[in-house]
Amino acid sequence: MALAMTSAGITLGTGYPGTPSTEILENFSARGGRAQWSPNEKVAFEVALGAAYGGARSVVTMKHVGVNVAADPLFTAAYTGVPAALILISADDPGMASSQNEQDNRHYAVAAGVPMIEPSDSQEAHDFFLHAVAVSERWHIPVLFRMTTRVCHSKTIVTTGLKQEPETPAPPAYTRSIRERVMIPAYARPAHRRLRQKLAEIAESNEGSPLNTRTDGVRTLGIISSGIAAMHVREVAPDASFLKLGTTYPLPMGIIRGFAESVDRCVVVEEGDPYLTDSIRAAGVHVDAKPDMYRFGELNVGRVRRILANDTSPEEPVPSGKPPQLCRGCPHRVVFEAFRDLGCIVAGDIGCYTLGVLPPFEAMDTCVSMGASITVGLGLRQVLPREQAVKVVSVIGDSTFAHSGLSGLVEMVYNPPATGHVVVIVDNGTTAMTGQQEHPGTGRTLDHEPTGKLVFEDIARAMGIKEVHVIDPLKEEGEFARLLAGTLAKEQPAVLITRRPCLLAAGKIRAYEQRDLQQKEACDANGK
Amino acid sequence: MPTGSDVVNVVIAGLGGQGVIKASDILAEVAFRAGHDVKKSELHGMSQRGGSVSSDVRFGNKVWSPMVPFGCADYLVVLSSDQLEVNRHMLKKNGVTLPAELVDASRLGSPRCINVALLGALSTHLEFTEDLWNAAIRSGFPEKLHEMNIMAFQLGRMSTKTAQ
Repeated sequence: MALAMTSAGITLGTGYPGTPSTEILENFSARGGRAQWSPNEKVAFEVALGAAYGGARSVVTMKHVGVNVAADPLFTAAYTGVPAALILISADDPGMASSQNEQDNRHYAVAAGVPMIEPSDSQEAHDFFLHAVAVSERWHIPVLFRMTTRVCHSKTIVTTGLKQEPETPAPPAYTRSIRERVMIPAYARPAHRRLRQKLAEIAESNEGSPLNTRTDGVRTLGIISSGIAAMHVREVAPDASFLKLGTTYPLPMGIIRGFAESVDRCVVVEEGDPYLTDSIRAAGVHVDAKPDMYRFGELNVGRVRRILANDTSPEEPVPSGKPPQLCRGCPHRVVFEAFRDLGCIVAGDIGCYTLGVLPPFEAMDTCVSMGASITVGLGLRQVLPREQAVKVVSVIGDSTFAHSGLSGLVEMVYNPPATGHVVVIVDNGTTAMTGQQEHPGTGRTLDHEPTGKLVFEDIARAMGIKEVHVIDPLKEEGEFARLLAGTLAKEQPAVLITRRPCLLAAGKIRAYEQRDLQQKEACDANGK
Repeated sequence: MPTGSDVVNVVIAGLGGQGVIKASDILAEVAFRAGHDVKKSELHGMSQRGGSVSSDVRFGNKVWSPMVPFGCADYLVVLSSDQLEVNRHMLKKNGVTLPAELVDASRLGSPRCINVALLGALSTHLEFTEDLWNAAIRSGFPEKLHEMNIMAFQLGRMSTKTAQ
């Protein structure tokens, strides 16, 4: 992806870290591309959209659930269109290797009305991306580039230089186009009609797209597939006729109909929801679908073999490996020990600290979405009987707080529960979960250079929260538990910050800090 | 072209931080340099917290799926003994297991080299030349780690010879 982005002249890449999408921007940056982490996916999408409005080819990356956060601008960006390419890379996680749900983001293409392209290996990730840029610029429309875990976290051989690369883009410059970009109802109504017209044209074009490939085999069995599932299919049924779709919205229904009619039995093999199946059947084309049991989890060669045999016998359970644990040396373990010992009702959040739900702590009661710890905790406090309400706490990591915690704090100030509330920010100085990425609270950019820094305690105080405490969780045994108990008893809106670097990142963080200090001293010595 | 019977399937398993992915990267590099089609895939995410990690490497004339089908692994390389049972279902009948115990860990320059040492053990079963392995190991590590890893590879290579 990073190589293709470089070849395509992408001016700006934005995103928020999330497995399995994180490495794209890091590698784009390592190759000399301009990439930056945003506080969250909505911000990332909007920055990329602004860059595209400014005439620069842009990419925004995120995991599947990130698109939920970015959905608001996505839907209306489909109306406004873009003068230069805007590619949204959505990395879905069927089977939930590292996610809270296995939503199928192909539905977003339909719902927002943006064309969707799906690669099935590294070569296609490279080649199809260049194609996506061309589609985006030909129709002036954002493109959803949908990948999945096994396409993202796999390596296959890539040959470059064979495909035609997009023309060199013109340098960014603003051209005013009020009626296209200011979505007041009077301008949005014709914009919606323009969008549907574009999609009709793209559907027509997809009928001849080289991204959809048909391989004629035996007449008795035809298989329609896309993405990684297509690779499993080719292994299981090498003799079958085969239609592999790369443009999965709008679907090339003419090709699909022709293919289905050319074989005796036509089966759709797809991972996740029956998106292709439902669309094809709605068009009046008869196809066989996978049994519903294969909607759950990711597909593999064995499961595809069962789908083709229509085998619905129970699957042999796969032995589960060793689950991840909150690191034994994690300085923030005391937080979960205190929650457990004080019998707290814990509204939790997304990050490595979610592992506080496992023994020996079992100190988490909810985990839903980024930032939900604070707001779900407030909701619980609003309605629970007093004896339970006073035990509710919210726990959120530093990167998660920068992502979606700020508006939760606003809610706490604006609608304070009668018993107050306690928000604990476990600040380990990095986005530990996804592999130690920087965020606005670290004061360093994606490539670890110094920049402006968000200071959580200052923000909390500026919002009018009076009970704000910052402690080193390792400083004195039992100190956090005492502080938490004392703060809970005050029944005021409160923020407690435990600050100590992630054990795995501490060495790197120290090196960055020393480097920045030396640079600053050198500048001071030069009188700058 | 179907995945022919010529495709070799290797599963490397261990715990987060043991170098499972690095080992599979080196093996894939060797297969690539030898002119094979090669695919590798793995699951990682929360694995840095010490959980199970495994990586599949497949090479041959033409590879389709990047995932080794259950019961089809020719070789199962296990960096941590507690990961053997949870991965045994990957191994085919008469498949070869290469456990960490094959290598005398006390002779390694660092316990972190167990991944490369087991590649040495695996190398005695595969057709690739020692030059290819050395080149792939060098390309996978910074220079200061070359000597230690080449020695670990040699140790692993010798240990299976004595075991046999």
